[in-house]
Amino acid sequence: MNREGRAFWWQLAALAAAVACAPLMVGNPYHLNVLNVMALNVLVVTGLNLLIGFAGNISLGHAAFYGLGAYISGILTSTHGWDPWLAMLAAACVVALVALLIGIPTLRLAGNYLVMATLGFNLIVTILILQLDEFTGGPSGFSGIPPLKIMGHSLASDQDFYWLAWTTALLGLLLARNLADSRVGRGLRALHDSPVAAAAVGVPTAAYKVQVFVLSAIYASVAGSLYAHYFGIVSPTTFDIFASVELVTMCLVGGMGNLWGGFFGAAFLTPLPLVLHVFEEYKDIFFGGILLLLLIFQPQGLAGLWARVRGARAARAGEGA
Amino acid sequence: MSGWEQLSQYVMSGLTTGSIYALAALGFCLIYNATHIVNFAQGDFISLGGLMMYTLLGAAGLPALLALPLAVAVVAGLGVMLEALAIRRAKSRDLTVLIFITVAASALFRGVFKEIWGKQALAVPPLSPDVPLRFLGATLTPQNLWILAITLAAIAVLIYFFNHTLTGRAVRAVAINPKAAALMGIDTRRMVRLSFALAGGLGALAGAIITPITTASYHVGVMMGLKGFAAAVLGGYGNFLGAIVGGLTLGLLESLGAGALSSAYKDVIAFVVLLLVLFIRPRGLLGRGEEARV
Repeated sequence: MNREGRAFWWQLAALAAAVACAPLMVGNPYHLNVLNVMALNVLVVTGLNLLIGFAGNISLGHAAFYGLGAYISGILTSTHGWDPWLAMLAAACVVALVALLIGIPTLRLAGNYLVMATLGFNLIVTILILQLDEFTGGPSGFSGIPPLKIMGHSLASDQDFYWLAWTTALLGLLLARNLADSRVGRGLRALHDSPVAAAAVGVPTAAYKVQVFVLSAIYASVAGSLYAHYFGIVSPTTFDIFASVELVTMCLVGGMGNLWGGFFGAAFLTPLPLVLHVFEEYKDIFFGGILLLLLIFQPQGLAGLWARVRGARAARAGEGA
Repeated sequence: MSGWEQLSQYVMSGLTTGSIYALAALGFCLIYNATHIVNFAQGDFISLGGLMMYTLLGAAGLPALLALPLAVAVVAGLGVMLEALAIRRAKSRDLTVLIFITVAASALFRGVFKEIWGKQALAVPPLSPDVPLRFLGATLTPQNLWILAITLAAIAVLIYFFNHTLTGRAVRAVAINPKAAALMGIDTRRMVRLSFALAGGLGALAGAIITPITTASYHVGVMMGLKGFAAAVLGGYGNFLGAIVGGLTLGLLESLGAGALSSAYKDVIAFVVLLLVLFIRPRGLLGRGEEARV
């Protein structure tokens, strides 16, 4: 295993340890709630990061995949009495299929067609959720969604859900890491550096891109299902186009294409508007302003900043030796 | 109302909103041609145009003849600022980064407009007193006619500018090949900045003429901008004639679709069209092939 590989395991172990200790230090249930939302965001944004890091494309429709996961889970369990786990699986399958349908025609094109298509898709999903109020509850939202259960034990409390959400988020990071090391990951990295060269050596570039896009949509869907079963209620604004922009903001602030970028971005941006209520009013200025400054001056995001600080320290240490 | 009158009504209202989409789509094309960036702040240019008209006409009491050019100038200035302070200064030249700079700017603009003008809908007075007119069986307001006339005038001015002035031809040269244009002594930076100014001005114009019908608010332009974007894709992204054809087509489809089906799903039509175009014919109605596969 190379040095970078070992570093990843240490970082993951450190994060797992922090996750294990955090509930001991957080007494306030509301803060635990914020950490739970953070875990879901880490999951979605890690998926988004796979897409931008490996396929070089970005999606402005991930809030819609998140929302589809949440609504399909909610409707199947509450209206049709399905088991929540089964509903979650069904939602992920539907979302994967939808992503496949969007990805196949748009990802074979050069340029930013995926952004355009996912943007349009997100707008359509929001309008449908609002208009199909018979099934979705319309603007007032859909409520009465049952919690997930493990061997008869309901995971409704903030504490129980915390373990589930963070375990899923860490598994998501692990899976992303393995993908990066796989044949697909190497092929996509080659694609990112030189599409022509990658195609010339026989990397099925379009197919790989579609696979990564579908996987990243599944990440969002799973997070959405978890959200629905945790809160018990879902409402359309959580999944609109502005939510997609927020998710992309987290991805870019954290560091696009960096495995830890999703974690950094979600960990930094999730708590601010939730903990500091002033931000609710100034959310647009705040999110827009931060994203604008970062994109202009630090396009590698927080993860890039971290690497730069470490690089500078390593360089100083090297000089000293 | 007879079927004919109803049809005529739908067509007139479709052309009215279609004009707005066309102006927005032209703004998208201008910036795309100069920089290859999709400018997601175009909708906020529309919002600001309407909000400026509200302030200049209502609060400051200026005559429309003065308020309209002033509103256009302010938003054109915002377009230039977006280019000079954000896009130009960005360390990365990666297109995704540049596109998301406009997404970020859009959120920032929206937040600032909300602080200045509040969240409520603001009534903007029409350009001339509201007396209903009958035309081919449709009932119109003078504002409908203003919208059509001003859009036509703006298109005529643009056609003249791009075909018969040195600066306009220089902007086109930069769009075709920036390097060659620079070698011919064209100041490409100035042309890029000019494109942002024009896009801002067109957005402001759209906002200024539609808000007497829709009312102005901090986010009124967002949906119109997104539909203008769909119109630009439909026409062939970056193609000027395509933007106009795409805008009017989309306006008509929306209005006839809402009439034939249900007005609840009116807003879906534009985006379904957007997806269909991207799936079936990504270069749009009039675009030239640019569908590189690798």
